[in-house]
Amino acid sequence: MSVLLNKDSRVIFQGFTGQHATFHAEEAMKIGTKVTGGVTPGKGGTQHLGLPVFDTVEEAVRETGADVSGIFAPPPFAADAIMEAIDAGIKTIVVIADGIPVQDMVRVERYRLGTNSIIIGPNTPGIITPGVGKVGIMPSHIYTPGRIGIVSRSGTLNYEAVAQMSELGLGQSSSIGIGGDPVNGTDFATVLKAFEDDPDTDAVLMIGEIGGPQEVDAARWAKKNMRKPLICYVAGLSAPPGRRMGHAGAIITSESDTATAKIDTIEALGMFVVRNPADIGATVLRAIKS
Amino acid sequence: MNIHEYQTKDLLKHYGVPVPPGRVVHTDAQAATVAEEIGGSRWVVKAQIHSGGRGKAGGVRVGNSIDEVRVIADEIIGSLLVTHQTGAEGRLVRRVLVEQASNIVREYYIGLVIDRATRRITLVASAEGGVDIEVVAKQTPERIIREIIDPAVGLLDFQCRKVAYKVGLKGALLPQAVKIMKGLYRCMRDNDAMMAEINPLAIVDNGQLLALDAKMSFDDNALYRRPTISELRDFDEEDPKEVEATGHGLNYIALDGDVGCIVNGAGLAMATMDAITLHGGRPANFLDVGGGATPEKVANAFHIVLQDPAVKIILINIFAGINRCDWIATGIIQAMRDQNITMPIIVRLAGTNVDEGRAILSASKFPFIIASNLNDAAAKAVTEVNNIVKKVVPLKKEHS
Repeated sequence: MSVLLNKDSRVIFQGFTGQHATFHAEEAMKIGTKVTGGVTPGKGGTQHLGLPVFDTVEEAVRETGADVSGIFAPPPFAADAIMEAIDAGIKTIVVIADGIPVQDMVRVERYRLGTNSIIIGPNTPGIITPGVGKVGIMPSHIYTPGRIGIVSRSGTLNYEAVAQMSELGLGQSSSIGIGGDPVNGTDFATVLKAFEDDPDTDAVLMIGEIGGPQEVDAARWAKKNMRKPLICYVAGLSAPPGRRMGHAGAIITSESDTATAKIDTIEALGMFVVRNPADIGATVLRAIKS
Repeated sequence: MNIHEYQTKDLLKHYGVPVPPGRVVHTDAQAATVAEEIGGSRWVVKAQIHSGGRGKAGGVRVGNSIDEVRVIADEIIGSLLVTHQTGAEGRLVRRVLVEQASNIVREYYIGLVIDRATRRITLVASAEGGVDIEVVAKQTPERIIREIIDPAVGLLDFQCRKVAYKVGLKGALLPQAVKIMKGLYRCMRDNDAMMAEINPLAIVDNGQLLALDAKMSFDDNALYRRPTISELRDFDEEDPKEVEATGHGLNYIALDGDVGCIVNGAGLAMATMDAITLHGGRPANFLDVGGGATPEKVANAFHIVLQDPAVKIILINIFAGINRCDWIATGIIQAMRDQNITMPIIVRLAGTNVDEGRAILSASKFPFIIASNLNDAAAKAVTEVNNIVKKVVPLKKEHS
């Protein structure tokens, strides 16, 4: 999908020389991602993985023309790293960190206003465009190039859906994790719009979960604006109220937060819905044949 | 993280929010002493547990004399309070808050939440105080006033005035209301709270606004920079299995079924519970082993799941991305051996190093039930647990 990660995307990693960033930058380069360097404050001027290391994102952008950044900074430093990327004019900012304080994200979202930056995450496996590249931590070998777009809050559930689709011979145009936090940079509706506009995508699978209004808001948007089929699954039919189910954002605080309420509303809007998570692949197949 | 009412009120006092005179106590004798010290003619004795609905459950009572305060405190302290949030087993009351009782003229609601749609802190207020705000929002949404706060400038005076005016806090009450709203906001912002509410905010008979009850919860991910808030954590209010799980870097939530679950990833863990439920079974827990699960972490997961006596079988569902199936399998075998597990174990492995993982399981002496996919895993788990339940029934008949 051309808006977020395509063959022309030039990628840097922030926190580049750290253990996780190193591993996932190498994995990304193996599948052809155009990684141009990275940023680690204090290590500017050195080389890492055969690529230049810079002290600031501004310098990295100036020297390499980077427009995508994968941020591997730990949670206490992630908000600053995101705002540095926004300031440097990075277009797509992928935030892997799980555990960024929510009020930090409130401030980051305020800072982002009026810029052209898109934040994917936090607490996301990232973005992958099979055959082109990835910025994230997902196992790239399970994905195959194809024409289904996937957007999800969860990482492993995304992998589960991909496995079910692979069994039926369905590949992905792009797969995007918007993350499991209560305040995230990009919501479902924004990604749906990108897929709707993408000539390489025929249908979109949206994988939501309990907590927040995003899934229903996105389905309402889709009813008005989308011509491509939308398939939805919402995890947590059996989740108890008031408890955070692993993800900071997965908590039922009102009736509309429940999986049943969301999936019923989405079904009433005329979207394809999946109630049993084992039927995700089959439902996608049914949707594109309809 | 949640804290007690008395802790919330102590905190709010520092931000200029007026609360009734009172103190928390652990014994009936202390309750009587505090009532005498704070003075007045009527006192409220309030059970301090992390739950709503304490009043309905008999955990909030008024005493009209020092002796009555002593008797009420004696009855509440050490009792099990059953509210709609505690479950049937109730929660042990270890302390009560003793406060001067107020003569309430009118009750209001004010609260702050992080609104997920606007991605901002939002001030919520209503003239319908003293009742569940969720109910008000549902039945009479027009009675709820909202004001979105720009984090760059914070909650502004005029916004407070707008809200106060709309809920009917006018005249001499207006400046008081503004001060309370701003105090509540600063308290929320400076301590990384996820929500803060005063319900009811009451006009009492001297014409003052007073926060009669207050509740705050805090962002677990920000506790590292809020040491004074971290100290307020009360482990007695938490499930010991959940505390142990957190210590091992696992995410565990106890539920009321009999199928133990060990899964990687929060989404897949919820989906696994859903699949079990759709097959007619009942999950005993939510457990996410997270990414990069070592054999030790997997063994710890078994240890925690098996502390629940209701667990009859365990379903392991792993889709390894940054995890490795061979490490997971090694952890499973380590747990089976070290913890003498004899109950049926259903294992579904997929993703990174799946063949190595399956080989490790089949080379062991343990009779694992291997599932090929999510549906198969849930179906097999429910079949197994039903077999166990069936076996138990005729056995009882033989002995009778």
